[in-house]
Amino acid sequence: MRILVVEDDPVLSDGLKIGLGLYGATLDIVSSCADGHAALAADAFDALVLDLMLPDGSGLDLLAALRSRGDRTPVLLLTALDEVPDRVRGLDAGADDYLGKPFDLEELAARVRAISRRNSGRAAPQATYNGVTLNPARLTAAVNGECIGLSRREFAVLAALMDRPGTVLSKSDLEAKLYGWQEEVESNTVEVHVHKLRSKIGRAKIETLRGIGYRMRPIAS
Amino acid sequence: MNSLKGRLFLILVTATSLIWLVATCWIYIGATREIESVLDARLQEAARMVLSLASGNGVGPAQTEGDSEQAPEIMSYERQLSCQIWSLDGRLVARSSGAPDESLGEKRAGFSQRMIKGETWRVYTAEDTAKGIRVSVGDRLGLRAHLVEEIIKGLLAPLLLTIPLLGLLIWASLSRGLRPLQALARELAHRNADDMRPVATGKIPGEIQPVVDALDHLFRKLRDAMRHERELTAFAAHELRTPLAGLRTQAQIAMVASDGGIREAALRQIVVAVDRTTRMVRQLLAMAKVDSTHDAKRSNVNIGDLIEEVIDALPASDSKAQVGFDPALKSTVVTANRELLLVAIRNLHENAVCHMLEPGIIRWSMKKGSDTLAVYIDDDGPGIPDDEISLVTNRFFRGRNKSPLGSGLGLSIVDLALRASGARLVLQNRSDARGLRAQIVWGIVQDGEMQPSLTDAHRSDFKRFGPYLSPA
Repeated sequence: MRILVVEDDPVLSDGLKIGLGLYGATLDIVSSCADGHAALAADAFDALVLDLMLPDGSGLDLLAALRSRGDRTPVLLLTALDEVPDRVRGLDAGADDYLGKPFDLEELAARVRAISRRNSGRAAPQATYNGVTLNPARLTAAVNGECIGLSRREFAVLAALMDRPGTVLSKSDLEAKLYGWQEEVESNTVEVHVHKLRSKIGRAKIETLRGIGYRMRPIAS
Repeated sequence: MNSLKGRLFLILVTATSLIWLVATCWIYIGATREIESVLDARLQEAARMVLSLASGNGVGPAQTEGDSEQAPEIMSYERQLSCQIWSLDGRLVARSSGAPDESLGEKRAGFSQRMIKGETWRVYTAEDTAKGIRVSVGDRLGLRAHLVEEIIKGLLAPLLLTIPLLGLLIWASLSRGLRPLQALARELAHRNADDMRPVATGKIPGEIQPVVDALDHLFRKLRDAMRHERELTAFAAHELRTPLAGLRTQAQIAMVASDGGIREAALRQIVVAVDRTTRMVRQLLAMAKVDSTHDAKRSNVNIGDLIEEVIDALPASDSKAQVGFDPALKSTVVTANRELLLVAIRNLHENAVCHMLEPGIIRWSMKKGSDTLAVYIDDDGPGIPDDEISLVTNRFFRGRNKSPLGSGLGLSIVDLALRASGARLVLQNRSDARGLRAQIVWGIVQDGEMQPSLTDAHRSDFKRFGPYLSPA
């Protein structure tokens, strides 16, 4: 899961990058409205965590601009202003959720999972497809009821593939889900992660379409 | 009475009644006089007429025609004249019916007045010595009074009848005339306590326009004050809670991370966050102290010594900046509160250091005019965007070019501390290079430039600042 954080406090944004990373997300951090606009224009994110009081303006303006151009990226507002009127204003401006500072890291991770799950049209916390069940809260998967431990990267690849099981994801699509801007991408890492994943959940579960990418193998008809 | 309408009503009704009363008195006096002169003329005329008709002896003695009808008919205007003809030797020759037996007039010609049988008579007497007779014609004064009374009654009756009608009319007119005032009162009464919109009641009469203007002005000021208060609270909440959120997040990472490196990094971040929060608390305390300092004791302070004290106290190792210092500062003494001035200088210096993103020079200098002294610090930092210069002294305001260590309080503290020591803070971006010039100014300043000449209006100000400038 790729998340953009717009937050200008260095300690907090570092904490979010590491902390949400521990919960399986890939984080990109910007510290101003202008950089936020640029990031959203350049990349697609599964969720946006937005501070309201930014040095060059209000996060609400960024949110309004986002919604006015039809961007449906789920947004969680993270701010020190958490009186009821502030929360109402934020939610009415197009935010999906609201969390006041200081917050619980686990709760933030859960809320981000919830809004991104809703965005992919799913209500159940686990994603299930063709015998594979994904538990984003625990970063685990189960095949035919048998629990399997996954590394963070492996989980990210599987989560991306299971988000929309029918669609094919290219190697670069998967790389985008796995790595933030500052991270070095090795040339064959996606192949390596897919290979390890197959050895854990079964070779047949992931299908390779040569020259195009990967997808979950459709349920045999 | 508190009701404007009631007061106006009372005033108008009283004034109208008073005018009517005066008019009635006037008419009464006028009518009395007029009737008197008309009736006197009639008496005179009648007496002369009778005198010319009567012949000396041709008049029968004591004609007492209709003597039985002696009772005076006061209320009737008929037969109100009585006539007597006397011979000059005092014999009653003749009298008209209803005339008394006693002599009406005196024994001389002209007007006279006398009491006869309880009634006052006005009599005119004419004499003819040739004929040897004296004719007296008179009427009763009561009759005259009655006449005037009737006239006044006729006048007063419609007036008294119309007074309630007039009152009704005045009341209705007042209600109509005061309608804009009522509308205004209604609008204000139905307002919510936090409704600070300008008063808008369509057509506002000129008389209450000043009140409405004053109200609108007050509403505007209140609205601004409330917005300022809200912004301050928002900024304060943001600046105080964000570091706490950072602390909590990093602490939770340290708790859940299995990787030793991640945990160590999180703990390091916790130390950074605690340092920042400590600085924030220190600044808050400094602010509270400066805020509560009234009538600070002032003494002669060498500015150069203070600046050196601040520079020496700052660890030079982790600073990217070199510090320049104008030697003239060492020979400049001002009268100020040492503690407050020290707080201001320390904050300005720390501010400059914090904003040096690349290696550069921070320079303390001074400029002395005839009536002014400016001590200033130049840095090579990013400066302050022009639209933010007026805002940066607001508490908790942190602009676009904020430093990661800032609390949003430094410049507010400087501003407060300088005001309390009789100086002021002037911020401007440097014109010669990138960076900010922060000036501590004693004396008169306009548009950030020193004004060598003083207008009279400024002279009293100058007296406050002037004597504090003294050479070492």
